[in-house]
Amino acid sequence: MSDSSPRVEEPPAGSPSVENRRAFLKAAALLGGAATAGTAALVDAKRTTIGNEPTGAASVRDLPPLASISIERRSDPLLCMQEALRRALAKPVEERRWLMVIDTRKCVGCHACTIACVAENRLPPGVVYRPVVTEEIGSFPNVALRFTPRPCMHCDEPPCTPVCPVRATWKRPDGIVVVDYYKCIGCGYCVTACPYNARTRDLGEHYTDGTPALQPYEERPSLEYGKLWDRRGHGSPVGNARKCHFCLHRLEEGMLPECVTSCIGRATYFGDAADPDNLVAELAARPNARRLLEEKGTGPRVVYLV
Amino acid sequence: MRVHWRILLWIAWLAAAVWGGFGFVERLSGGHAAANYGSYIVWGLWVSAYIYFVGISAGSFLLSSLIYVFGERRFERVGRLALFTAIISLCMALFSIWCDLGQMSRVHRIFTSPNFGSMMAWMVWLYSFYLLLMLIELWLATRADLARWQASARGARRVIGRLLACSRGPLDARQERRCRHWLKVLVLTGIPLAIAFSGGVGALFSTLSARAFWHTPLMPILFLTGALVSGVGLVAFLAALFAPRRPAEQRDTVLLLGRALLALLIFDVILEWAEFSVPMWYGVGPEYSLLMRVLFGEFWWVFWVLHVGLGCIVPILLLALRWRAWSVGLAGLLVAVTFMTVRLNIVIPGLLDPHFQGLQTAFTDHRLVFWYVPSLFEWQVTVFIVALGAALFYLGFRLLPLAPHDEGAAGCQA
Repeated sequence: MSDSSPRVEEPPAGSPSVENRRAFLKAAALLGGAATAGTAALVDAKRTTIGNEPTGAASVRDLPPLASISIERRSDPLLCMQEALRRALAKPVEERRWLMVIDTRKCVGCHACTIACVAENRLPPGVVYRPVVTEEIGSFPNVALRFTPRPCMHCDEPPCTPVCPVRATWKRPDGIVVVDYYKCIGCGYCVTACPYNARTRDLGEHYTDGTPALQPYEERPSLEYGKLWDRRGHGSPVGNARKCHFCLHRLEEGMLPECVTSCIGRATYFGDAADPDNLVAELAARPNARRLLEEKGTGPRVVYLV
Repeated sequence: MRVHWRILLWIAWLAAAVWGGFGFVERLSGGHAAANYGSYIVWGLWVSAYIYFVGISAGSFLLSSLIYVFGERRFERVGRLALFTAIISLCMALFSIWCDLGQMSRVHRIFTSPNFGSMMAWMVWLYSFYLLLMLIELWLATRADLARWQASARGARRVIGRLLACSRGPLDARQERRCRHWLKVLVLTGIPLAIAFSGGVGALFSTLSARAFWHTPLMPILFLTGALVSGVGLVAFLAALFAPRRPAEQRDTVLLLGRALLALLIFDVILEWAEFSVPMWYGVGPEYSLLMRVLFGEFWWVFWVLHVGLGCIVPILLLALRWRAWSVGLAGLLVAVTFMTVRLNIVIPGLLDPHFQGLQTAFTDHRLVFWYVPSLFEWQVTVFIVALGAALFYLGFRLLPLAPHDEGAAGCQA
């Protein structure tokens, strides 16, 4: 640098510092473009709702009334719920708010719901939608048993759906969290995201594996989501995440979920909480109503009466 | 290397490839039936192997990038080696996670219908760009040597030179300069990308609020540091093994790597101390009981013997006390290999956390338990992946100009 000129001399073109600056600017441009595209993709993903169910008038089910049976307020809860279900299905799907209420004081721990669910959905080993957790409380002579059936909670803020990398699981307008078996890649991320351990992984096993013959009942297709799912040849739902769906395929035909129907103690209630006359709406408003892991902020749609 | 060592290595590789190959065939034909993970411990050895290999890839890539960006001449010899290691270990990672998928044939769905709200989708997209970037970088870094091979090399190398150099005859000075320039651009782009995705793998776990063990903001930082530790460890070992013959240069390169490894290792130990001591200090809470299981449970030896002993104390002593190439190489190997235990101790305890203690007895099934050790079949598939990676690495080392040209101009290095 000469003494007469106080300013810094420009480095000649092609010198290392110019080269470095150019490289840096190009890299910054590449990264800036990528970051912009990424932000746009993220915003788009957060704004878009997933799901392709029919809504509005297309979702209304006009089921025949139970003409041969008279249903009053003091009738069997199953009959009341059946009638209420018909009313709920006459509304568009986005106006239904399914809710399950489980009266733990009535539950006798018979596991009938668990087994009925396994049979209804033809669940393989390792997959269970509604186990009944049995806890022994206290010590002799002051001992009690507590039974907690644990279906999917169909949370209002489900932690399991936003984690799916391929948009294979979502919350329907009526509140049911569903899985599209055709789309699910079986990564297991949603299984880890559920604080209730309500999602399971179908690893393609059969109860009669290793016996002289695979029993035909294990090969019968499952009817979940109103479709026929054939597990033969590693077809879906083998390899997929599987969970309770409040027996959506039964609901659509005007039938209560299998666990509700099979409960011998009338301990499980199900219905549309948007209907103030519905039994579940009334039960869920009682002061002894509790939800599991409320502190997780998931807003479960299964209520326990304790 | 002595001949009998070479034969022994070949036999070991062949045995691993054949035994592992049977496992992989079983994976393709029989699915997950022979694996030990289930519905509660939903991820096991393969997911741990995936984050382990991804860590090594990001770590060695970042090392190679620093070499190219800052033009650290002493490290230049290991620049390509580190880059190639990053490519191979990323491929191993992706293979590993592919084996874990329930529906292997649907992996393309992450590209065709991604949910960018999901951390996993981000990971896959970032990997894809990262892999592409690394392949282009490797091409730019080796292009001058490949072009030279068209005339000077023989056999397969000559063919590879012709196929990959994309030029007739050696590159002129202008072309070499352009290679160097674009290499630098891509390296600069790659550094934030590698930091984002190695931290992002940590975020994949730590964003899950359901798992107290994973749900800590420290996790992405821990993954990034872990990536650097394991990546630099492996590159230090490879550099000690494949370094140039000239003793002075080898000494310089490897010893500098050793110092970097020592610093990173100490930093990682500090982070790990925070990760363990904070939730455990007052001895209450769900994380406390899980961490107690890691430290003093059935698999205490995985933490204390393999990780703390062989993965931290021995390497730190080797690096601090013996300034020789072999001690750095050995320390690097120990750190890189035993880092798998860190990954296992992240994945599995995180899933051990049953909010409902009675869930395991609610429905009796071998897939519905909070207990997991990898089955022989899972090890078999992992061994296959390692054998495959070793084979790719060997082929690359033989067939690509990974060791820079010795005569003056060291290829397209920045």
